[in-house]
Amino acid sequence: MSEFPQELRYASTHEWARLEEDGTVTVGISDHAQDALGDVVYVEPPEQDQHVSAGEEAAVVESVKAASDIYAPVSGNVVAVNSVLDTAPETVNRDPYGDGWFFKVQPDDITELEELLDAQAYAEACENDEQ
Amino acid sequence: MPFIPHTAEEVKAMLSEIGVTGIADLFDEIPEGLRAGALDALPTGVSEMEMLRALESRAAADSAGACFLGAGCYDHHIPAAVWDLTARGEFMTSYTPYQAEASQGTLQLIYEYQSMMSSLTGMDVSNASVYDGASGLGEAVLMALRGNKKAKTRTVLLPDSLHPHYRDAARNICHNQGVDFVSMALDGNGVIDTDALEADGPAEFAAVVVQQPNFFGLLENVDLLTDWAAGRGALVIAVVNPLALAVLKAPGDWGSAGADIACGEGQPLGIPMASGGPSFGFICCRDKLVRQMPGRIVGRTEDLEGRCGFTLTLQAREQHIRRGKATSNICTNQGLLVTAGTIHMSLLGPVGLARVAERCHVNTRDLVARLTAIDGVSERFTGAYFHERVLTLSKDATQVVAELLEHGILGGLGLADYFPKMSNDLLVCATEKRTATEIAQYAAALEEVLGT
Repeated sequence: MSEFPQELRYASTHEWARLEEDGTVTVGISDHAQDALGDVVYVEPPEQDQHVSAGEEAAVVESVKAASDIYAPVSGNVVAVNSVLDTAPETVNRDPYGDGWFFKVQPDDITELEELLDAQAYAEACENDEQ
Repeated sequence: MPFIPHTAEEVKAMLSEIGVTGIADLFDEIPEGLRAGALDALPTGVSEMEMLRALESRAAADSAGACFLGAGCYDHHIPAAVWDLTARGEFMTSYTPYQAEASQGTLQLIYEYQSMMSSLTGMDVSNASVYDGASGLGEAVLMALRGNKKAKTRTVLLPDSLHPHYRDAARNICHNQGVDFVSMALDGNGVIDTDALEADGPAEFAAVVVQQPNFFGLLENVDLLTDWAAGRGALVIAVVNPLALAVLKAPGDWGSAGADIACGEGQPLGIPMASGGPSFGFICCRDKLVRQMPGRIVGRTEDLEGRCGFTLTLQAREQHIRRGKATSNICTNQGLLVTAGTIHMSLLGPVGLARVAERCHVNTRDLVARLTAIDGVSERFTGAYFHERVLTLSKDATQVVAELLEHGILGGLGLADYFPKMSNDLLVCATEKRTATEIAQYAAALEEVLGT
């Protein structure tokens, strides 16, 4: 059973976004996504200071059986990249909402978060996917 | 796994099992109008004897005498053991033998090939090969563009001293990919004009290609070029002759940090000239670029019981997983030629390879000395060279080559087709196979042809 933390916003493409106290947005992939991918072996993050746009590719996650694009849930400049994933990509599987975060952006427009799904809507979307 | 065709009885039994009267019935979905029919335009078949007679007479027409032609494809000695082993059924007729559970021998061979090429080029990793050196350069350019994320342009510098076929292949392969190829001009001595580059070369570029030795056989200033490119945030793609690497500095040692990608033609390593193919191209690179490498890569690992084993790896680069975002559309390698190349390198070893390379250079120097002693023959460029040389003749070089052929000598490459201003220039090469007698015969024939 996948987890869907209530305080996060989700993209239909299985990324989550968390608004931090300092105004940045942290991005990762959902529990449902890491489970579907299987063991993550490599993460190709965006570059520091790179500008990403909502809905466009920002990173790549590679598992033993697939390589998938990660789409930025909101637009902004990349202010941090999780270097832990360089040497321990399996962190994404172990703790997708915590230590397994991918990158943080300084968002251009906070209201973009409202266009994302809440936990309920995302959970329903995942269920529909599985049918 | 042997191939044993079905007997007529077996075919009949299988067809009957699925309720069909003949093989033709299995193609009944194909509309009449699309069927190939009897192929009337094909001539009737000939017997094996007639076929051999026809091809033997054509082959005889092809033979020339001693080969002094290089320009990317070389007449080297191939020890008999190389093709004796490579022609074994296990290598020759196995089809795509890359399943880890069935082909550990093949995979191990490729892993050893990769190890040898990495060592020879001074790089961290190698792939399992691509079609040839020229297409390998095209792939290397695209690889460099993907790998140089900080580059602000898609400009790639190509030297005018690059093999013309490699330049054409790179342009063809990179067509429609938004690559901006910019030429690096040469100085009066046939090598890249590094002063001009420093002074008014492009400010921003993603990668620079350097061929060593270059098309004219000359040695470029690879250390200076590598450091200059690195200082501008560009990647360095080395195009190299693997035999030359036995005596020249490996691309991994160029400049302070070395080149980033090394590619080239594997033909000098145990592959017959065979009118230009097949052969194999090698691509080697630094660890940091391995995920951008096209083609197959074999890795070494352990099975569940801790035993050493080999397998294809990093497959998420390839199109059967990554589809449109794969590093390349290539989904093959030149396994049989790589087998020959690997056996060849094993037989010679680094010492043997160096001895062959040295002998090539000594023979070329002797050839140049003998030929330039003739009136009307001079060296076009001064400067260090390896294994090939451009000579300026008193007559049109292409014409001279044609006349030398009548004397039973394959004299070299007239450069007019590729460099219109160099119509009197001839690119000559002497490998370890050329004897003093052959060189003397060449000199005598050339003297006659030039009418001096």
